[in-house]
Amino acid sequence: MSAGPPAVEIVGMSKRFGDLQALDDLSLTLPPGDFHAILGENGAGKSTLVKCVMGYYHADAGRVVVDGEPRAIAGPRDAHALGFGMVYQHFTLVPSMTVAENLVLGTQDLPAVIRWDEVRARIDSFQRRMPFRIEPDRLVSTLAAGEKQRLEILKQLFRGCRVLILDEPTSVLTPEEADQILGVLREMTAERLLTVVMITHKLREVEAFAREVTVLRSGRRVAGGRVGELTRADVVSAMVGGAVPAGAAARVARPSGPIALELDELTVLNDRGLAAVREVSLVVRAGEIVGVAGVSGNGQRELVEALAGQRAREAGEIRVEGAIFTPTRAVLRARRVHVLPEEPLVNACVRGMSVAENLAFRSYDEPRHTVAGVFLRRGTLRAEAGELIARYRIRTQGPDARLETLSGGNVQRTVLARELSGDAAVLVVQNPCAGLDIAATAETRARLMAARNGSAAVLLVSEDLDELLELADRIVVMFEGRLVYETSRDTADLSTIGHYMASA
Amino acid sequence: MTAGELGWWGVLLAVLGGAIRVSTPYLFVSLGETLTEKSGRVNLGLEGTLVMGAMSGYAVAWLTGSPWLGVLVAGLTGAAFGLFHALVCSLPRVNDVAVGIALFILGTGLAFYLGKPYIQPTAPRLPHLALGAWSSSPQIRSALEINVLFIVGAVLAPALLWALRNTRWGLIVRTAGDNADAARALGYSVERVRAGCTAAGGFLAGVGGAFLSLYYPGTWNEGLSSGQGLMAIALVIFARWNPVRCFWVSLLFGGATALGPALQSVGVTTHYYLLNAAPYVLTLVLLVWSSSPRHTLVGAPSELSISR
Repeated sequence: MSAGPPAVEIVGMSKRFGDLQALDDLSLTLPPGDFHAILGENGAGKSTLVKCVMGYYHADAGRVVVDGEPRAIAGPRDAHALGFGMVYQHFTLVPSMTVAENLVLGTQDLPAVIRWDEVRARIDSFQRRMPFRIEPDRLVSTLAAGEKQRLEILKQLFRGCRVLILDEPTSVLTPEEADQILGVLREMTAERLLTVVMITHKLREVEAFAREVTVLRSGRRVAGGRVGELTRADVVSAMVGGAVPAGAAARVARPSGPIALELDELTVLNDRGLAAVREVSLVVRAGEIVGVAGVSGNGQRELVEALAGQRAREAGEIRVEGAIFTPTRAVLRARRVHVLPEEPLVNACVRGMSVAENLAFRSYDEPRHTVAGVFLRRGTLRAEAGELIARYRIRTQGPDARLETLSGGNVQRTVLARELSGDAAVLVVQNPCAGLDIAATAETRARLMAARNGSAAVLLVSEDLDELLELADRIVVMFEGRLVYETSRDTADLSTIGHYMASA
Repeated sequence: MTAGELGWWGVLLAVLGGAIRVSTPYLFVSLGETLTEKSGRVNLGLEGTLVMGAMSGYAVAWLTGSPWLGVLVAGLTGAAFGLFHALVCSLPRVNDVAVGIALFILGTGLAFYLGKPYIQPTAPRLPHLALGAWSSSPQIRSALEINVLFIVGAVLAPALLWALRNTRWGLIVRTAGDNADAARALGYSVERVRAGCTAAGGFLAGVGGAFLSLYYPGTWNEGLSSGQGLMAIALVIFARWNPVRCFWVSLLFGGATALGPALQSVGVTTHYYLLNAAPYVLTLVLLVWSSSPRHTLVGAPSELSISR
């Protein structure tokens, strides 16, 4: 690596979307070799800021100054030319291509005809200088999540990126993998090879790796400074704007109830026809939360879909309260099995229907909502929806607004309202707090705990270890479709669980 | 028996010669559709493009006397149709399948309307290579009459595969088809890449149409295409979006089409109409056989609306 990173200054950046002032006169200084964390709630303007810098949005006001010179950034290519690179929350690798093809794809002056022998030599000499390397001939679709994230970073460095922007880079990694990658990046910044800007909500990672921190709220800088000079409480209260939400939900000690949900050697196939869930046996008793930990893509989605009736079983049995469970509407209702899958807008909603209709998916055909079992009573549906909207504080123009007009967090609240408000005996939830802010997260966790205290059996599939450690009575770890580890909450240990998440 | 001294070998030879003749439009349309789908878009309108290509190619060849000028114009007509498809699809919330079907109907209708004056006249035909000139047997000579467009297609298929793997352009097309966000993150316009690929795909389909009117059967009329443009799209799925496999599958479909006439030539006339349905039956059987409710198709570009 020849030239070091430039000094970057972001001056007076503002951006407005309709009525929303997403960024409000924001300034930020990035000296060469900085490791700068940007913290903030959903909608605080973190993504807008970096998208303006990367040229995806055009800021209404403000400029980017590189090495003392103001630069116009009209699009991502301009940003790339200045040495800026970004790693997104979701992978931007092309799964059907090899590692080498993906690396080459990012380079600035991609030749019209690619000389693969030459490219391979360049990749080899580049990888020799890197702290981690990946076999260039492997298909990206065969890489594990941690390897993909490393490749994303390698891709940026290979094309000469000197200012690396990371958008929640560790959300798909185990704690060990996250520490390793962030540690390497921290070293590279210390050697003045790279400047890193990291958007995150994980305070632990900020404290361990960042040098500077900026907290955003409503598009403004509300706190910031050197890491270590700010306390955790300062940062959290700046993020939420004063009121720090209450601590962990209250757990009522109770004797273990009867078995409510039982998986017996369950095997489920994924979309490619391969076993995604392999001979999983698991028992969830009434009045307990069983947490399923694991890095995304180890069969959790398929497991939840099988329980929701969205995916056929290949082998094995699911039993609810001792009876074999066939996920038809009648059985789901009789056994009171409620499911909250991940990405609810896609998996559990109809986006073009109203909020009231989406809230009534479980109940619209019950006698109180129908006339003669055929015609819907719109009035009772809307009245009930109004109640739920108030109780779960769903921000919508009204019960008749189409669901797709709601923000991600409010879609999540809508589905939570539907699945938690009924008197569930078995509750299957996956990443219930994804996309929720700190206050809504605390509220949701309290509701899950209340369901457990009220003797529901809860299967909590989550990628957030802190959430599992807070809520679960028992934790199992899922790796490549199998349950590879089990621990009770008293003996649960973050690093042991992280170890099993990475490999069995 | 008209099979002469060759007997059943004559049938095989006739099927082979027929396969080469009949497969040419399949080959061009499927290569075009492969390219379009690799960029993440489906163009179901290629049957209309094919018929438009056949009409415009025939008309221009007759008016100018040059069949190759006809091929060029047929390609350009196809490219214009492809570009139109791409422009409509680049509007927000437009479904490429619906646009394709509309263009299918528009293309055939427009071709019949504009092509009325060209049903009577005879346009010059495209040349062929007589690879069977050494033989005294008329069957061998006719089977080895290889049309030039087939050779162009046979070269184009591996060239396209090579280009998709080894050129900047190929990598960008595959990126747009497999992960549109990645293409945008790299600073490429997905819409523009897809527009280019749909136009190029239309060009190839237009050339396939010119083959129908300028070589085999070699006339222009309203019954010229029997759904080749539609079956070629099914063929792409069976070929798993691989241009070289498109070549072999086109030959297979061509052979199936040639089976009925070849058997008739040796006097097997029973089930003649049934045998003529062979390519359609083959389409159905192959599609059912190669798909499964359990998993998505391997190799399908993941941005396609059909694989989502």
